[in-house]
Amino acid sequence: MVFGAAGNPKTFDPLFNDDGETFRIIRQMMDTLIMNKPGTADLEPGLAEKWEGSNEGKTWTFTLKKGVKFHDGTPFNAEAVCFNFNRMFNMKGAAAQSQMIYYGDVFEGFAKNEGDASGDPVFKDCQVKDESTAVLNLNKAKGAFPAAFTLPSFSIQSPDALKKYNADAVTQSGDSFSYPEYALKHPTGTGPFKFESWDQAKGEITLVKATDSPTQTAKLDKLVFKVIPDENARKQALKAGDIQGYDYPSPADYGLLRNDGEQVLIRPSFNILYLGINQKNNPKLKDLKVRQALAYGLNRDQFVKSKLPEGAETATQFVPKAIDGYNENVTKYDYNLQKAKDLLKEAGAEGMTLKFYYPTEVTRPYMPNPADIFTSLSEDMKAMGIKVEPVAKPWNGGYKDDVQKAGKHDVHLLGWTGDYNDAGNFVGTFFGREKPEFGFTNPELFSAISAADAAPAGETHTKAYQEVNQKIMEYLPAIPISYGPPAIVVGPKVKGLVASPLTDERFYTVTVN
Amino acid sequence: MLRFLVRRLLQAIPTLLILSILIFAWLRSLPGGPAGALLGDKATPEKIADLNKLLGLDDPIFVQYFKFLGRAITGDFGNSLVSAQPVMSEIGNFLPATIELGFCAMLIAVGLGIPFGYLSARFRGGAVDNVIIVLSLVGVAVPVFFLGYMMQDLLAAPLGLPSQGRQMAGLDATTVTGFAVLDGIITQEWDAAWDALTHLILPAFALATIPLAVIVRITRASVLDVLNEDFIRTANSKGLTQPIVRRRHVLRNGLLPVVTVIGLQTGALLGGAVLTERVFNFRGLGFLLAEGIERRDYPRLQALLLFGALVYVLVNMLVDISYGLIDPRVRVR
Repeated sequence: MVFGAAGNPKTFDPLFNDDGETFRIIRQMMDTLIMNKPGTADLEPGLAEKWEGSNEGKTWTFTLKKGVKFHDGTPFNAEAVCFNFNRMFNMKGAAAQSQMIYYGDVFEGFAKNEGDASGDPVFKDCQVKDESTAVLNLNKAKGAFPAAFTLPSFSIQSPDALKKYNADAVTQSGDSFSYPEYALKHPTGTGPFKFESWDQAKGEITLVKATDSPTQTAKLDKLVFKVIPDENARKQALKAGDIQGYDYPSPADYGLLRNDGEQVLIRPSFNILYLGINQKNNPKLKDLKVRQALAYGLNRDQFVKSKLPEGAETATQFVPKAIDGYNENVTKYDYNLQKAKDLLKEAGAEGMTLKFYYPTEVTRPYMPNPADIFTSLSEDMKAMGIKVEPVAKPWNGGYKDDVQKAGKHDVHLLGWTGDYNDAGNFVGTFFGREKPEFGFTNPELFSAISAADAAPAGETHTKAYQEVNQKIMEYLPAIPISYGPPAIVVGPKVKGLVASPLTDERFYTVTVN
Repeated sequence: MLRFLVRRLLQAIPTLLILSILIFAWLRSLPGGPAGALLGDKATPEKIADLNKLLGLDDPIFVQYFKFLGRAITGDFGNSLVSAQPVMSEIGNFLPATIELGFCAMLIAVGLGIPFGYLSARFRGGAVDNVIIVLSLVGVAVPVFFLGYMMQDLLAAPLGLPSQGRQMAGLDATTVTGFAVLDGIITQEWDAAWDALTHLILPAFALATIPLAVIVRITRASVLDVLNEDFIRTANSKGLTQPIVRRRHVLRNGLLPVVTVIGLQTGALLGGAVLTERVFNFRGLGFLLAEGIERRDYPRLQALLLFGALVYVLVNMLVDISYGLIDPRVRVR
């Protein structure tokens, strides 16, 4: 099977990667201790048969599957698990540490922080209790666990191959990085496919079926990822039968593709689009009544129905429904134009002007067409009597800097796609601390989020985040707009691909007739 | 001749040096930097700042430039931020595709442009002339990417031609030289050679349109000029046959400006190739450049743009040399 990818993978050592195109390939070759149930964000056993958190979430015990081997023939066991976690914790070199984005986020610090890494490490040590039991001890509980163990960055790799091909030697050369042979040519995991080649000139990554006691048996003998950055070219390639599937079809093409007999699989949404509010730039926005007026005055239901692809829903809060911590009972702001006008009047903000930033030259899963979204929302604002001053900037050419670093906007469009099933990955990212994007300080909210993050997984954790979500919707630092499901498309002959909210599609179940 | 060549090569050095400064300054003036693109959508401003510091991108620009220059002199242009490969080896890997595509496009442009231009001049004012002029105007005016998309959508399926890539995905063709058609012939993998050839057709025609149109117009104008010269009247009055006058006098003298234009258009192909290669997913230098710009891949862009400038300088030298071959008077001077 040939699958059309939208971008190049970076390298194949998952530890130094954080992007979807690389993860898609890594997920076929490597396994994590815990995995996601196909088609959901729920957890299921991966390389660990069972896992147990104790000591208030500071100790994680993994009971490992037996008889599993790495692609190089070496055995998978508790020692290999500890080798991997020790490798991450003891990673040397500022260059290497700077590339470990997810490790930095989740484990916060290293045995020896280099360069600009400065956090206190969450990881304490890893103990091999017996051949198939590994115990991970943490310095403090972290709400992201156990869900974060599903991140491809924490895939378990062959210690032999890591050592043999000098996997840790990431160095900085000039104004770029150089990666060791391991990351480019010899990634070795336990997954149903193993690495065969990466042809840069052709833009093709070839994986073949792994035969040595893999965790799952692949039905395909060969799986090729072909890099085709242009969306139209991907569509053409599928039509021509050059590829059998591709990711991120444009919502405008869903109908055409289906008419041609292709299967457009809609993923459950795991993202959020919001209207950001910058209280610092425009003092009027400090007034809760003004923010509430915006929430009541935006006709989000209508917008979702008319502008977003099928399956999209109006957002009631800053986490999607699939996340533990989603709260059915948050304060809701149903469309009510009169109420919006009244609130603006009460706040003395009638006829106010808002500098509305929106990005160009970009499509995000939660934001298929930013200009369209801007138009729709600004029409609603005009109906409230607000004057809108539009500012359009290219996504990578100033938009993100202006909004996230400089805070030059009054309101703006942005969103987020989740990495794993944890509410902190959403609300912690947005509102966990003071940021130029929102320009507010609310110690009560900040500490509620950090307490929720430290609450051990389970009911306490979920409850803490439900309360956080309620607080956020009362304080209203921004306005959640919609959850938009991205799609993946495969040809009529492809069977067995399960679309995942986390873009965690595994190809071992796939057959092509 | 040798002295002439050496002098031209030495002249290229300050040209490239000045260009390197301009390229460097231009890249650094673009909003958004490589750190944001490297760290992805979820990069926080703090992380971007950290990475910029690590990569030395927070140094004053002249410090960055001299560090770059120091490395570049030793042939080290760094690694691509997108692919993590040394950019020089990337250029080596992707260059054959661009040469292959550019060669085919120029073959089409010259092969059709000169005869059409000549015909147009010969039948000046007639129906043939008008049709050719209109078509060449359209050729110059239609943007390559638009034409590319139209060809993909309207021609690819009916003609059974592949619309993207250099080869069918997953085809295990042996690579010897990197020129896909040539490799197929060398290794006698005829399927692969044919496959590569069919992949060239649409992008080569898309890329050829502008040079083709320019060559038609220049040939026409130049031939018309020559037709009005005294020596043509002399040749005619001497009683030479028309085919001889056309071949020996009109075409030979009329081609001089055309050669210049062919040279300039060859140099400009890299620019057109960026769009064509992008639209047709034809993985050559233009494709690399487009990807590099999106990702603010400084090392790759610096190397590619300088390489492009070098090609331009060399092509211009070749044009000067070919002048001498066509017109002996230039050699004497």
